[in-house]
Order: sequence, then C-alpha cells, then structure tokens
Amino acid sequence: MSRWKLFVPLGLFALVLGLAAYQLNQPKDDRIVSAMVGKPLPEFALPAALNGGQPVTNAMFADGKPRLLNVWASWCLPCIAEAPQLEALDEAGVEIVGVAIRDKPEDIAAFLETHGDPYSSIGADDLSELQLALGSSGVPETFVIDGQGIIRHQHIGDIRSEHVPELLAELREAQE
Amino acid sequence: MKGFAILLALLAATPSLAQDSMPPAPYAYNQLDDPAQEAEARELMESLRCLTCQSQSIADSDAPMAGDMRHQVRSRIASGEHPEHIRGWMMERYGDYISYEPRMSRTTWPLFAVPLLLILVAGIALSRRLRRSKAEPS
Repeated sequence: MSRWKLFVPLGLFALVLGLAAYQLNQPKDDRIVSAMVGKPLPEFALPAALNGGQPVTNAMFADGKPRLLNVWASWCLPCIAEAPQLEALDEAGVEIVGVAIRDKPEDIAAFLETHGDPYSSIGADDLSELQLALGSSGVPETFVIDGQGIIRHQHIGDIRSEHVPELLAELREAQE
Repeated sequence: MKGFAILLALLAATPSLAQDSMPPAPYAYNQLDDPAQEAEARELMESLRCLTCQSQSIADSDAPMAGDMRHQVRSRIASGEHPEHIRGWMMERYGDYISYEPRMSRTTWPLFAVPLLLILVAGIALSRRLRRSKAEPS
C-alpha cells in the first residue's frame, strides 16, 4: 500500500470537521414556513372574538378583494411592536382580518384600546385550530389572501416598518 | 450567603415568555377514555414535533400550542381518524419539519442512501482484505 493512502482517513476526518465548523457558523433560520402558501384557505368559521363583533369565515375572502389575515394575540409582545405598522396598512386602505389565538374578549378589547384597532373583524381561535390548519407556527404571523381566497404570501414574525411596502406589493400582486 | 440566596431567588423569579391566560384545551392534558385509542394518540404525539419549542415532541412539551396540537390529535383519533392520516394532514401544512419520522424525498434520500453505501464500501474493503490474507500464507 502506498504511503499517501494512509492519510486518506485523516483527510476525510478533516473534511467532516471542516464541514461541521462551517455549518455551525452559518446563521440559523428557525422559521417554519407554511406549506399552505399557494393553496386555498382551509374551510373555517370562527366566532367573533369581541362581544358584538363579526364572525370570521373563509367565505369572506372570496369576493375578489385581497386582504391580510393577521394571526395575533393580546398576550403576545411582538404584536405590540407591529401594531403601528398594521395601523399604517389600515390607513393605506388595506383590509386586515384578525385571528386572535387563545385570547379573552376583555384582554383583546384592552389591547385594541391601547394599541389601536386596525381590524375589520376578529375571529377567536381558542384551540389554535385555524392556526394549525394554516400551517402557522406562532404569533404574530400575517398571510396575504387574494380575492379568490388563495393564500399568496406568509409573513413570519412582527411586521416592521420596512415590511410595510413589501406587504403592499404582495397585495398589489394578489390583485392582478 | 444570604445575598446569594436572594440572587438565586431573583433569577428563578424572572418572568418567562408571555403566554396566554386561557385554560389548556380539553384534551391537552386529559387522556382518551379508550386505552387503545390513547395508545395510538400517544404514539403519534411522540413523533410530532413541537412548533414553538423546537426539538421536543408535542407529547413532551408544555407550550400552549403543543397542548392544542395534542387536543387535535386526541379528538381526531377519538372520532376514528387514522394516526397516519393526521400526520399527513400536519405535513401538508408544515412540511417534513413536523414529523420525527422522515420520509424519503428529493432532499432526504441521502439520509437513507449514505449508510447503505458506507456498509457496501466497508464490506468490499473487508472481503478484499480477507481474500488477500488468505492468499498470503503467514
């Protein structure tokens, strides 16, 4: 056996070590992207989250107008951070439908009182059933739904000011 | 020493991440009445990955969302749904991520192929060496 062959295992070991070191230094992306993007909304009918509010159903989304579906909760801290951006979207004429996860009417009312109410209606998802059906894995998440009720885009995490134009562009695209 | 104890107590008292104040879903912490169905649910819950507390199964996690997932698994099994159908439903929404039982796909086939390949290579190397040592009388 020639001598250089003795170094093959060492070389392989160094290669594996190098690969591991490289991968450990890569930034970790732990967002879980929904596989529902591009598919129609699942069938659902959520009761109104606020006393005297409107229930939320998938049928509402099939009238030709693109909307945002905002999955949030009054107990969620990043939801406070995104409230001004939702307000800005609302002012830009975007209809935002809310889905409140595991939330109480009085807590929701208090949140909207403090942080503003950009929602056309809010449905209550007390067992995270719609959240699971949407492939959403946390709060807040925002889905762009086109006028046929197809999920066109998923925004994971709070909406920061730089995301507002992105979402407006997605909504325009969904209009076409 | 006392100061240290106070410090420890303060550390333990830091509030955890914001969570809702809703009671857990009915089947989050309650077993199904039928032991056979509960066993089926248990097996599935142990192989579904928690979404908010990554690297735990939903059976292991106390996250509210994991509780809601357990509720969904148990109530669907109670209504006669097959566990693998529920897994399929979850994978339609969350992809391979959600399942601890990897499927063969375009991205995962090396996971299955590489060990076989390594065994094959080791087998060939071993048989060649054995043949050679037989050919050379010691």
